[in-house]
Amino acid sequence: MDEEVHVAAPVKRSLGGWLLIAMPYLWLLIFFLAPFLIVFKISLSEVAIAIPPYLPTFDFSEGWETFRENLSSFSLENYIWLTEDALYWKSYLSSVIIAATSTVLTLLIGYPIAYGMARSPQSWRPTLLMLVILPFWTSFLIRVYAWIGILKNEGLLNQLLLSLGLIDEPLVILNTNIAVYIGIVYSYLPFLVLPLYASLEKLDGSLLEAAEDLGCPPWKAFWKVTLPLSIPGMIAGCFLVFIPAVGEFVIPDLLGGSDTLMIGKTLWVEFFNNRDWPVSSAVAVILLMILVIPIVLFQNQQQKMAEKNG
Amino acid sequence: MTRGPTWFNITSLIAGFSFLYLPIVLLVIYSFNESRLVTVWGGFSTKWYVSLLQNDQLLDAAWVTLRVAFVSASIATVLGTLAALVLVRSGRFVGRTLFSGMIFAPLVMPEVILGLSLLLLFVAMDQTRGFWTVMLAHTTFSMCYVAVVVQSRLVGFDKSMEEAAEDLGCPPVKTFFLITLPIILPGVIAGWMLAFTLSLDDLVIASFTTGPGATTLPMKIYSQVRLGVTPEINAVCTILVALVTLGVIAASIATKRQQVQRERDERAAFGAEG
Repeated sequence: MDEEVHVAAPVKRSLGGWLLIAMPYLWLLIFFLAPFLIVFKISLSEVAIAIPPYLPTFDFSEGWETFRENLSSFSLENYIWLTEDALYWKSYLSSVIIAATSTVLTLLIGYPIAYGMARSPQSWRPTLLMLVILPFWTSFLIRVYAWIGILKNEGLLNQLLLSLGLIDEPLVILNTNIAVYIGIVYSYLPFLVLPLYASLEKLDGSLLEAAEDLGCPPWKAFWKVTLPLSIPGMIAGCFLVFIPAVGEFVIPDLLGGSDTLMIGKTLWVEFFNNRDWPVSSAVAVILLMILVIPIVLFQNQQQKMAEKNG
Repeated sequence: MTRGPTWFNITSLIAGFSFLYLPIVLLVIYSFNESRLVTVWGGFSTKWYVSLLQNDQLLDAAWVTLRVAFVSASIATVLGTLAALVLVRSGRFVGRTLFSGMIFAPLVMPEVILGLSLLLLFVAMDQTRGFWTVMLAHTTFSMCYVAVVVQSRLVGFDKSMEEAAEDLGCPPVKTFFLITLPIILPGVIAGWMLAFTLSLDDLVIASFTTGPGATTLPMKIYSQVRLGVTPEINAVCTILVALVTLGVIAASIATKRQQVQRERDERAAFGAEG
């Protein structure tokens, strides 16, 4: 009896195991990977006034001949167009710059918060952690919207500054890049604070005590011990801010001005206003190629951290 | 780190949390503003909440959004939990790197790319766009969040109880439902809630994948926000914020209580043995 169970179990488990793997795997293949291949395919096709608005490139139902014919009509035209029109490369460049600047700002603001959390008494920490996570649960759109009322010319910030007599004329902040920076820092701050806090919290306090016992001043102990040991958390947090910020749409659209160029917005306009699906696909493919490097780096780092902790 | 906070730490915490919460607090306060001008305080009033209840379009959008969020969060929780089990338990198999890549990539992938690619998939499949396509799209990205949440719960999991059950001849499926699931349940519930709120929030992916007759609440809010800030929008936002806050607090209390109960049970079990 006992023997039977042990012989039967591995076979049964491996079948069940394969089923277990297959379900989420297939879902992601169909709804995550396949769509990218389609985007790539359509980025090579021509725009047409039709529904859907592009010339079909793959259609196996019409036989091999048509397929070959279609294949020859494949062109890099859309990509060439992207290099010719300055709007696109300027959008890519300014997205990367805005995202990078905002990431640095988020780090400068987020570090003291994460550090303060890690230094606070054990009994406060669950509450503080909850306070960081809670905004993450509330709608992104709502949080961006909240800033419009604050930053407007006749908004709350200007009212406050005017009544304090700090300024004579309202500051123009909304619909400028400054508003975009504020929006990104505000929306993505929890993403940076959480991994940073996790790595600061694990930091061994005895190292700092040892440094102090040996006569190291606190600022130097911070510089030589705390900061280097929190680098993994900093890197993870910065990736979590930078990568999605590059393709951000809602923030530049609602807070930025007409001169705020970001590629997410460009893609949106190309798709919804100009109805040019092939060009917006090409924009997406290039954006993905730009982001592949940080995404792979991020995943490697996550894997390394997971292995270290596991 | 165990040493006490300095003044600098406390100041940065206060400043940081004010920055995080002040905009939302102001938004809530101004939803009770009598005046139509959002930035001028005209006295306390709940009239914008009353006018919301008469706004059929908004209520329709809210109903669509809730249904999409409920269905997609439920499917995403099943798939995400399976994915987490695969990531933690299945060891090495062919295509594992691709699999974990597909789990983690959607977490950072810009929404415009996800939305566009899913739309093109649905067009290629000749699907009529609407409720179901938005639901499928939301399931796909939120299952990855569920997988990550459940995975973190599975990693710190004592396998000995599962092994004991299996040694005693309990079939794997039964072991999962009797032992594994109850232990990872807080993670699964948190995952469902996260998936639900992500779906509730999403503007970009829904805009790409929706069709006529399936306008979601964020899409409705967005189109009104573009026309300007109104107290009505503040009122909608306040209701959403209140719901989410209550949900998160209730869930965390429930989790805590369950944990205490479990610890007590375990202690009782060990006590009985000894």
